[in-house]
Amino acid sequence: MQFFLDALRWLLDSANYAVGSVSPLPIQARIGEHLWYTGVSVAIATIIALPLGLYIGHTGRGRQFVISFTGAMRALPTLGLLMALFLIVGATVPFTQAAFVASIIALVILAIPSILAGGYAGVESVDPHTVDSGRAMGMTGLQILLRIEIPLSLPLIIAGIRAATLQVIATTVIASYISLGGLGTIISSGIGLNDNDRILGGAILVTALALAVDGVLAILQRLVTRRGSTEPRQHTQNVRRRSAGSPTVAELTADEGKKYVRSKK
Amino acid sequence: MSWLFDNFELVSRLAGNHVALSIAPIILGFSIALPLGWIANRWLPFRSWIIAGGSFLYTIPSLPLFVILPYILGTRITDERNIIVALTIYAVAILIRTVADALAAVPTSAIEASRAIGYSSWNRFWKVEFPLAGPVLLAGLRVVSASTIALVSVGAIIGSANLGYLFTNGKQRDFLEEILIGIGASFLIALVFDVVLVLMGRVLMPWSRRKSLLENARKMRIAQGA
Repeated sequence: MQFFLDALRWLLDSANYAVGSVSPLPIQARIGEHLWYTGVSVAIATIIALPLGLYIGHTGRGRQFVISFTGAMRALPTLGLLMALFLIVGATVPFTQAAFVASIIALVILAIPSILAGGYAGVESVDPHTVDSGRAMGMTGLQILLRIEIPLSLPLIIAGIRAATLQVIATTVIASYISLGGLGTIISSGIGLNDNDRILGGAILVTALALAVDGVLAILQRLVTRRGSTEPRQHTQNVRRRSAGSPTVAELTADEGKKYVRSKK
Repeated sequence: MSWLFDNFELVSRLAGNHVALSIAPIILGFSIALPLGWIANRWLPFRSWIIAGGSFLYTIPSLPLFVILPYILGTRITDERNIIVALTIYAVAILIRTVADALAAVPTSAIEASRAIGYSSWNRFWKVEFPLAGPVLLAGLRVVSASTIALVSVGAIIGSANLGYLFTNGKQRDFLEEILIGIGASFLIALVFDVVLVLMGRVLMPWSRRKSLLENARKMRIAQGA
């Protein structure tokens, strides 16, 4: 317990927030960097993966691809991906930028599967009757996508982005080992110096940041949920809808299982 | 590739430890998540708490969890038990929800029929609910298996001798091949685990395979517009 009290004291020590203090301080600069890397990576990944996921969900083409791709990506070791990209990028990009470029590429790659799966699962989970009514009213494919499928699948789209964001925040910590900034540098320098306050303080900071960002996205997810959209609890037909909470990583990733359950009904 | 042959002994030792570090969390995680998921499904008031707890644990990033645990468990920071406990926590976090959802999806008619012919709740769980929930549980286990094997390598940062060592060492020596061999070996282990899980599922649940074949055939017909 003493360790945690010491770490908290370290976190509350104003000296650690003083502007111009020695790296990896001040703390607020590292938090800012962490959020910046996360935001950039998730934004790029969303631009790439979301349209693709929506397309696959809308047309039904390439479902098998999404399922096997997200499955295979889960087995990709993040540390190896980071280090490999660091060496590959480092061979072409100046050393000062290599860490940033390599990390962002790695983070984007890691964020893509969840966002892709979220977009695909969201569109696919829209009640086919709703889509049919749209078509009966004379909507074009694009109108169905923009006015029916996307609005109704927003909760799952955001669930995908939420899962991706968590993954990116966690991997950014590890990226401090290829000399990227962010909160990971506090932990890694703490390990290097054998400084318990830094190790624990940094770990608590990252965990708090992850929880806070996840909380904000959970609220956003609730806000975009409307009548008829795939909100948990509103329907009772499949597993996802039976769940009491909002969709999470575990849920999105257990996709194969849900397919089975749905097929039984 | 010659590096792999020259260092085959090292790579296989690291891979062996990697496998050992992966198996324990998968089995432990499943054993812990099963009763918790059962409780969540049985008593609804607990459900949201247990599932929220799972999501909370899942939110904690891996490296911070690896370094926080020694202070809680009283272990040394390089102790591999920290990695096993951390990965077990993630496995439980993922599986709790899978177990609860899988049990909730068991048809009520099957449960009522088993009650009618006099099954005790213990027997009903093991002979009716658990087998019927099996395919979903298997899907959850496959997810846990893949992500556990991938996460073990992060442990190399705190000194664990698993395939992750090839990543940190390859980076230090500016030697890409070593890293790629590590990634390949890690993938291979994940693939073997996945195949083993699927085969176990086929042996233990022969009915699910036939069902999914039928389902596929039905989907094919729909896809072809018939």
